[in-house]
Amino acid sequence: MWEYTDKVKEHFLKPRNAGEVEDANAVGEVGSMACGDALKLSLRVDENGKVADAKFQTFGCASAIASASALTEMLKGKTVDEAENITNQDIADFLGGLPKEKMHCSVLGRQALEQALADYKGEHVKEKEGEIVCECFGVTDLEIEKAIRENDLSTVEEVTNYTKAGGGCENCHDAIREIITMVRAEEKPVAKPKLTNIQKIRMIEETIEGEIRPSLKQDGGDVELIDVIGNRVLVAKRGTCAVCQASEQTFKNLVESKLQELVWPELVVEEVSQ
Amino acid sequence: MTTIYLDNNATTRVAPEVLEAMLPYYQDLYGNPSSAYLFGGQVGRRIQEAREQVATLLGAMPEEIIFTSCGSESDNTAIRSALSTETGKGHIITSRVEHPAVKVLCTHLSNKGYRVTEIPVNKEGQLDMDRYKESLTRDTAIVSLMWANNETGVIFPVEEAAQMARERGIVFHTDAVQAVGKIPIDMKNNTIDMLSLSGHKLHAPKGTGVLYVRKGTRFSPFLIGGHQEKGRRGGTENTASIIGLGKACDLAARNMEEGNTKVKYLRDKLEKEILDRVPNSRLNGETLNRLPNTTNISFEFVEGEAILLLMDEFGICGSSGSACTSGSLQPSHVLRAMGVPFTMAHGSIRFSMSIYNTEEEIDFVIDKIPSIIEKLRNLSPYWKPDEQACATGA
Repeated sequence: MWEYTDKVKEHFLKPRNAGEVEDANAVGEVGSMACGDALKLSLRVDENGKVADAKFQTFGCASAIASASALTEMLKGKTVDEAENITNQDIADFLGGLPKEKMHCSVLGRQALEQALADYKGEHVKEKEGEIVCECFGVTDLEIEKAIRENDLSTVEEVTNYTKAGGGCENCHDAIREIITMVRAEEKPVAKPKLTNIQKIRMIEETIEGEIRPSLKQDGGDVELIDVIGNRVLVAKRGTCAVCQASEQTFKNLVESKLQELVWPELVVEEVSQ
Repeated sequence: MTTIYLDNNATTRVAPEVLEAMLPYYQDLYGNPSSAYLFGGQVGRRIQEAREQVATLLGAMPEEIIFTSCGSESDNTAIRSALSTETGKGHIITSRVEHPAVKVLCTHLSNKGYRVTEIPVNKEGQLDMDRYKESLTRDTAIVSLMWANNETGVIFPVEEAAQMARERGIVFHTDAVQAVGKIPIDMKNNTIDMLSLSGHKLHAPKGTGVLYVRKGTRFSPFLIGGHQEKGRRGGTENTASIIGLGKACDLAARNMEEGNTKVKYLRDKLEKEILDRVPNSRLNGETLNRLPNTTNISFEFVEGEAILLLMDEFGICGSSGSACTSGSLQPSHVLRAMGVPFTMAHGSIRFSMSIYNTEEEIDFVIDKIPSIIEKLRNLSPYWKPDEQACATGA
């Protein structure tokens, strides 16, 4: 049995905004009965560019219904620009989280929203772009790439949880693995999604090891990571750095700028004596 | 809220008489049946009685009964035993609709180099006997076919299939977990070599099972250790549960008639009323050869997990072949093997009854199901009541 949050259950048992907006000017339809879930989202955007009404129709499980209900609640009153920024993670967060195997329900919501907004702007609602990778569920390489980028996915299992790709005959697992490798290779320095503490610490360690330590070592110096508290990175000088008064500012600048560039822009380096 | 339990193919309640028979073996009579003194030895005698009770239900001899921990262990033991005694043979025959205990094991063995043939079923879930016959070869070490299907209740002609295997000197095993206690089984009148059963499907506790091994069948144990079960299954006996299982078999033999009349009446009523009252619903599986307690119904345009959770709001327990309930993304392998369209398979619900169900319960369920389906259909983008009311899907 799935562990759903109270909010998921509530939105499933008492869905908000079920149905179709009569004078809709933004409609998105995704999924299919064969896939096991489908969503039709209809919106009316008023003359001020705000979502005046939002309704949904869902074929799917409890979390698919709850995700669609949540999305309509989130959309009402938002401008088109604001609506565009709603991610699948936002939908899941609104519901207090979804079981990881059910994240594709939130992705379905995001996809329907994209289609509806494209429809509103009069953009030709495109047939699926890209090449089909997962034949069983008709998922393209571009959809997989997008899910990997937006949700920082790193395994085939995660990709399946978010997009369904690879959940059927499993023949496409190698292809999905290649896409993961490709996306993760290209993505290093760009703005990153939120890091967990463990990810942050791991990346700080990697950056110190790979980028900072080698240049300090040229002068016989070294650095040791003591702790990470929020965005504060506590380090201690080692080797010649520890006794060199003049190095004070350069040391801090070097370490901080590298960590800000490669890990997280808000990191602040503090020196401790240990 | 009271629970209306219509998921008896998943597990059953322990019969009060069974629990009563078991309790002394947790409280006072906790001796090890292998011990030399009376305090242990008397428990050994009760296990022997339980063995006789199981044998009676199956029309078998007591020495053909091996107690195990569950149906899956029995299935594993049977298939692995045949593969090690039938040296030089590398072929296994099974069906596309087996329980995971057999199906996943066969996939595992296929990865180890065995050749596995999965016999297909027709649209009604019945075994393709022509394909079965063609698949029997000199290289076939074992055939493993279920007696009755857990999802649809469809009964396979295993006795006929066993006879065909026997004529070719091939070991025949059947997973009879769903059949034992529900339909008459008489091992004296067939040539099945091995049969698995599970205690908790017939009102005994979980954690106990049986492998029947016909006298004279070559056998290689799976769990090696102590001398228990004459060295055929090591490990100290789960005494209380075995004694409970014996009692449950005794009760099953006596309740068989009621199962085939009262339970069947309730099942038929539920099935007919739901199919009559809910448009675009259909039955999965044939009705001629079917367990008396099981029905599997698909509701078009809605999804099974959502149905189950709304049923749960009324305390009604059932199960679904939809993808979402299992955690996989594909609907039930049984319904897919039968060629049930995905659109129907996602909305399938299995109801399975027992002698403990009442007509009031069934009437309550008949009353609630149509409104549950209607509520979900009103949310569904595919439901167009005006156009579809008379067109039965696929």
